[in-house]
Amino acid sequence: MSTATAHDTHHEHHPGGLLRWVFTTNHKDIGTLYLIFSLVMLFIGGAMAMVIRAELYQPGLQFVDPQFFNSMTTMHALIMVFGAIMPAFVGLANWLIPMMIGAPDMALPRMNNWSFWILPFAGLMLVSTLFMEGGAPAGGWTMYPPLVLQTGDAFPFLIFSVHLLGISSIMGAINIIVTIVNMRAPGMTLMKMPLFVWTWLITAYLLIAVMPVLAGAVTMLLTDRFFGTSFFSAAGGGDPVMFQHIFWFFGHPEVYIMILPAFGVVSQIIPTFARKRLFGYSSMVYATASIAFLSFIVWAHHMFTVGMPLTGELFFMYATMLIAVPTGVKVFNWVSTMWKGAMTFETPMLFALGFVVMFTIGGFSGLMLAITPIDFQYHDTYFVVAHFHYVLVTGSLFSLFAAAYYWLPKWTGNMYDEKLGKLHFWLSTIFVNILFFPQHFLGLAGMPRRIPDYSVQFAEFNQISSLGGFAFGLTQLLFVYIIWKTVRGGAKATDRVWEGAEGLEWTLSSPPPYHSFETAPEVK
Amino acid sequence: MTAVPGSNARLVKRLLLAVTAMFGFGFAMVPLYNVFCDLTGLNGKVGGRVEAVQIEADLDRTVMIEFVANLNQTMPWEFRPEVSRMEVHPGKVYRTSFYAQNRTDRLMVGQAIPSVTPGAAAQHFKKTECFCFTEQQFAAGEGRDMPVMFMVDPELPDDVEVVTLSYTFFDKQKALN
Repeated sequence: MSTATAHDTHHEHHPGGLLRWVFTTNHKDIGTLYLIFSLVMLFIGGAMAMVIRAELYQPGLQFVDPQFFNSMTTMHALIMVFGAIMPAFVGLANWLIPMMIGAPDMALPRMNNWSFWILPFAGLMLVSTLFMEGGAPAGGWTMYPPLVLQTGDAFPFLIFSVHLLGISSIMGAINIIVTIVNMRAPGMTLMKMPLFVWTWLITAYLLIAVMPVLAGAVTMLLTDRFFGTSFFSAAGGGDPVMFQHIFWFFGHPEVYIMILPAFGVVSQIIPTFARKRLFGYSSMVYATASIAFLSFIVWAHHMFTVGMPLTGELFFMYATMLIAVPTGVKVFNWVSTMWKGAMTFETPMLFALGFVVMFTIGGFSGLMLAITPIDFQYHDTYFVVAHFHYVLVTGSLFSLFAAAYYWLPKWTGNMYDEKLGKLHFWLSTIFVNILFFPQHFLGLAGMPRRIPDYSVQFAEFNQISSLGGFAFGLTQLLFVYIIWKTVRGGAKATDRVWEGAEGLEWTLSSPPPYHSFETAPEVK
Repeated sequence: MTAVPGSNARLVKRLLLAVTAMFGFGFAMVPLYNVFCDLTGLNGKVGGRVEAVQIEADLDRTVMIEFVANLNQTMPWEFRPEVSRMEVHPGKVYRTSFYAQNRTDRLMVGQAIPSVTPGAAAQHFKKTECFCFTEQQFAAGEGRDMPVMFMVDPELPDDVEVVTLSYTFFDKQKALN
């Protein structure tokens, strides 16, 4: 998106060419880097998903051996979670938060540069494990011991890449909090902040609270393997189940880290295209905070089957179901925002609507999984796979698509091709449902996840799911083409871009100046 | 508004402190978890030695106790229970034994880790004597019977009819190296 700087009116000295991107401390440059990185990782992780779906196209072993298949499921998850979804939201935060709160840049620009540039190396280290003796990690992205301790040479690389990815996220989170707390324009009180900023503020606190816990857990794995400790080894008085508790104490807030900024994006887009103010702004803020709080006390619902006393199961079941209340508040607020609005259906709105409908489907299957006795049946089946792909693909990823279409004209100064954008939406929506909906049925019928082979009665639904998967994967090439085309040129975007758009970022030119607000705007 | 540099540094310091504290909390969960499981008998964790006390045996009730012996991964020992199952009355002390043999030509030290299922029965399964309380040293080729004295608490929940006591033998030296 070099056009963003072509219009730079502040003639400052910064290195040109590639070095500009290495040394940059500008929030827009770094945001762009984050977004490009996550797009690349999306395709690497996506290629792994294609291997998985190709192998599962038919029962029996076709293309890959089981060890490699397990590597694919493990690496697909790690890359998508830590390489694609999380950095993409940090990229959005970098681009948008300073523009939305009327600040010239992020508060800690040098740290910002560092937190991005750790990522490619961490990602490379993780991907390089594919070529190591003993293969890439294959024990699942949850890294449960003792299985994960049997990983070959890749093991320390897995641990250190998780450390680096964690450090990057923590630095990004610190930067976001400091920016939001200290750099708001005069008059921009907390309760006037756009919801995207609010959701990111809460997400950043979640990151600071749980990423260090993950770092601790994987450090314990490392010392168990190499330095003779026995945190998770029964031989020395440790306990492998304890890892699951520590991991999911991180893991559940982690899934909200991946969805809260998506809530923020959708809360920006729906009012614009419904041409109404967001319904229930303050309840949205409180709902986000409640979800964040509840995320700390529900972790054991990921491990109902390890053997817990009844009281524990009841507590985690009720606490989990309680999350449906603030989430429901959000969904009803989005629907109420659209109620009697003058709606139009440009691509960002289509993706936002797709988000509301399909994220809710994922939310409902989550409620089913929260019921302990039912979870005993669904645990580790394809029903779980279907559930978390509905919330992460049609949830988080769709909100990222929506965000890309919504702000791309602002970032580049060019309108994207509306026809192609709509085509991208419809193809994605149709194929993603062909891909994931049959997996509900497979799970209910008892097909386990993370297994390369299956019983013949699952053949039809797997075939449908694989075909949907290939088509969904191909469709995303269209997304890359649309972005490429928009960056290269297209109809000029106005400053406001969308008729109904509200907020400080729309008062800037399209593309915005290199430093957003040299003089702080007045917020009434 | 240009930010006051001092306030940025102060906030960053506080956030870094929170990061460090949470890193520490991850490790603090280890002792917390153990204390919690010991107190509640969760997770099949069974307490240490219990002093033998005379209580009235409940002769009307019979509970089946199953014994399981496992070896950790590649430990080259033989390890088996004397009997695989036993019918007991709650409140009465019983004795059984496990046989282990070191099949290598070097001295080895092993440690047996007990586990009781179902989890709800763990805290009602009391051992007054067990080879799992200490580490067991075996000379090359040595084999011996090791006794276990136990009692099932009459407070064992009524719906529990079968209790499984499982031991896993670990190579203590390997675990420490």
